[in-house]
This record gives sequence, C-alpha cells and structure tokens, in this order.
Amino acid sequence: MRRIYLDHAATTPTRPEVVKAMLPFFADAFGNPSSIHSYGQEAKGAIEEARTKVAELIGARNEEIIFASGGTEADNYALKGVAFANERKGNHIITTSIEHHAVLEACKSLEKRGFRITYLPVDKYGLVDPDGVRKAITDKTILISVIHASNEVGTIEPVEGIGEIAREAGVCFHSDAVQTMGHIPVNVDKLKVDLLSISAHKLYGPKGVGALYVRKGTKLVPLMHGGQQEKRHRAGTENVPAIVGLGKAAELARQEMGREAERLTHLRDKLIKGLGEKIDHIRLNGHPTRRLPNNVNASVDFVEGESMLLSLDLEGICASTGSACSSASLEPSHVLLALGLSPEQAHGSLRLTLGRENTEEDVEQVLEVLPGIVARLRAMSPLSKPQK
Amino acid sequence: MTDPWSQYSEKVMEHFKNPRNVGEMENPDGTGRVGNPVCGDIMELYIKVNDGIIVDAKFRTFGCGAAIATSSMVTEIVKGKSIEEALKISNRAVAEALGGLPAVKMHCSVLAEDALKSAIEDYLNNSPFPL
Repeated sequence: MRRIYLDHAATTPTRPEVVKAMLPFFADAFGNPSSIHSYGQEAKGAIEEARTKVAELIGARNEEIIFASGGTEADNYALKGVAFANERKGNHIITTSIEHHAVLEACKSLEKRGFRITYLPVDKYGLVDPDGVRKAITDKTILISVIHASNEVGTIEPVEGIGEIAREAGVCFHSDAVQTMGHIPVNVDKLKVDLLSISAHKLYGPKGVGALYVRKGTKLVPLMHGGQQEKRHRAGTENVPAIVGLGKAAELARQEMGREAERLTHLRDKLIKGLGEKIDHIRLNGHPTRRLPNNVNASVDFVEGESMLLSLDLEGICASTGSACSSASLEPSHVLLALGLSPEQAHGSLRLTLGRENTEEDVEQVLEVLPGIVARLRAMSPLSKPQK
Repeated sequence: MTDPWSQYSEKVMEHFKNPRNVGEMENPDGTGRVGNPVCGDIMELYIKVNDGIIVDAKFRTFGCGAAIATSSMVTEIVKGKSIEEALKISNRAVAEALGGLPAVKMHCSVLAEDALKSAIEDYLNNSPFPL
C-alpha cells in the first residue's frame, strides 16, 4: 500500500542531498574539530561552513549561532541560561500557554527554583496579544519567550510586535522557531529576537541537532560545562555530521522556501476546504490565514482522535492528534484547551501537516477516505445524535 | 493486520476494525455510562437480562482504539453469563482476551469493567426481584 506521510510537524525525512553531505564526516573526515592537525581542521572548517549557512538563513552573524542537540536543548538553554544569568536582576519570565513542552517544562522547573512565570492566554485562533505582553512586564521581568508558530495549530504569532515591546522595555526576547525556520521567512533583526531556537529535523535535516541563535551581548549561563567548544556556550565534541546536515538543510531551504511555501499553502487550503465540505460538525483549529503553509488542524465532533489516526493508518495515511489517548498523560492538548476548545473537541482533533513529498493526489486521497472513517466512528459514539 | 509496528495486538486491531455488538439497544434492562470527556473516553453499555442470564449486550463508545476494542470484547464475554458470573469479569480478563494492552491503555479495560458493573447495577436497581 502507498503510504502518505502527513506528519511533517513531528519530523521530516532527511533529504538525500543532506545525507550525501553528511556521509564523508563519519568515516573519512572524522576529525575532532578541536584538534590542531589536518583532520581536526577539516572538521572545523565543515562546522564553520554550516554555521554560515544557518546564519544566512536567519540574517544572523556566524558567531551568533550556537549548535546544540535540537530544539529542546535550544529552548532549555535559552530559558535556563537567561534565568540563571539574570538571577540578581529579576525573577520574572513571561511566556504563553501554547508553547512547546520544551519551553513549558523548562519554565516549570524554573518555577520550582523560585522564578515567577506568567503564562499569557491566547485568543480563539491561538494568537497572543502583544498588548498583553506589554502589560505583564514588571521591573523584575528578565525574559519573554513566545513561540514563532504553534507546532500544533500552526498559528503564526505576532513575534515582531512583541519583539518591539521587549526591546523598548529592555527585556531579553526568545522565540522558538522550530516550526518556522526554513518554511517561512525568519529574520532575527526583523523579529527583534535575542534568542531563537532551531531544529534540523523539521526542515529535512537529521535528528539530534539544532541551534540557538544568541544575539551578541546576550548573557547566558551554560547548561554543559567542559571543553571550549561553541565559544564555551556548549561543551562537548561537536556532532560534526549532524551539524553539516543542518547546514545543508538550511542552504536548501533558503533556495526553495518561497516556492515550496506557496505550493504547500495551496494544498493546505484545498485540504481545509475539502474537509469542510465533506464532513459536517468539523472546525478548523488555529488561525484561518495567519498559519503555517503546511498545517491543517481540525476538530471532528463526536469522534476521538486516536481512533481516527488508527483508521487512517490502516489506509496508509499517517497523521497526528491532540488527543490524550495517544499519550501517556490523559490530558488533551494544552494548546487546544488554551484556544477554548472543550475537552471533547480537543480529543477529537486531527493534525495533518504537509511536506515536500505530498501532492494533490495525497490531499484527494485524504478527502476520499476520511469522511467514511468519521461516519463509521460516529455511528459507534454515544456523543453523536442519531442521524435522522 | 499483522503489523509489527503497531502498538496494539492483532486481536485489538481486529476488534477495532470489526467491533462486535455496536449500537444502541432498545429497551435495555440495564444501562451503564462511564468515563468522562476530559480523559477522552466515554462508554455506554446496555444489557438484556432473562432469568438472571445476560442474553444480550451492546455498546457505544467515544474513545481510542483500545477503548473501542475493550468495549467490543466485554460485550462478547458477558453474553450468556449469569449476573454473578458477569460481576466477576475483571479488567485483566478483558485485556487478556484481547492479547494484552499497552500499559498506558490498561485504563480502557478498567473502563470496560466499570461500564459492565454500572449496567448490572442499573439492572439490579430497576428490578424488584433481580436474581
């Protein structure tokens, strides 16, 4: 059976060009970038080249890119690094209720150490109100962290406006750009961010590598102590092949992003329109237009998400849900609840995230198969009204 | 389906794909409704009782694959059992009959047991001479 992968927000396949760029750095150019000899310098050169490519994609300077193990580490470093570096200045951090768990859990751990966190609400589209950020700032505020675009509902946040407010107030500003970098334009000066989290495997690079953009002059306390790597921001021998892979993925994204975003937006809107026409009692989650080009998130009334996923999987379609049943915790998605959805609606959510390999036929296949699945599950559900 | 990558056993998937005894029952002798929308599972189980024997059972479930499969399985197991026997059906027995459940899904089997017990309780409360 042909499989249709519609879970690109979870991860993307590593592009063959990226794999090819990485391969020499496992067995041939295997040197430790800290070594003085030619093997070492070869590896160091490759890392610096990758750094340039990442910096170019987001309008940063080379020395402002710190490689890390991924988005989660980048988020943790931004949050904890700034918090611990500014303990004497203040103990207040502002974030939102729809952040990725990497930010939320880092905040919770900081709360246990005496930091005070404000979790700002969002409107029904998942948008944070910049004015809410302004009002939350106190003389103790040391950091503001707002996700660039929601990994669940795809809403693109007004990061630029928030950056402006943060700068006026002289507060450090972090944004998790894991879902946006390489997909829509991300420029650190335009967004006025001081810190920006990046992950490679969301833009057709390898897993286990990412980066934190750190604006010159931003003070951070490192999470890792050891050698002098990454200007002492992150000790540990660099993951050279993965970093090279991130660089290559960034380079390709820079070349192709515009066209691809346009293509995906078309597919996305076709999918949204089709779902609305073919399934009743369905609602789009997230903003109708201010959303990632590849994200469709819908709640289907009277049906639980995991049973939809299982049924789709049996048809070769791989999707995702904000329902709790698919996770160890029984709570439905905190993001969907923050948008004001009822627990039933949150449990009935379905996330379809498009990517490079997807075609019009894939979208048509989903529209062909899903209505039947929903009808079958609704017939089993005690929540649905009997069809008259 | 023999999918080595599935988190569920073949039996669970089989009951998920072809659930037994789905639908509402007309004039049931007992109805149980358990679960809540917050945890994403709601099970409704109906029984028909004749001379102290559960002669028919049906269900409607809003929930994950495991919730649907355990509902289906418990209605299969309970048919033909006396009330006393039915009250002894444990969530483990339901899970085992399905070839096991992932640890995070064991609560679904608990829900199935609870739904059955609640339907029996409803029956007992409504009949003057239940046993």
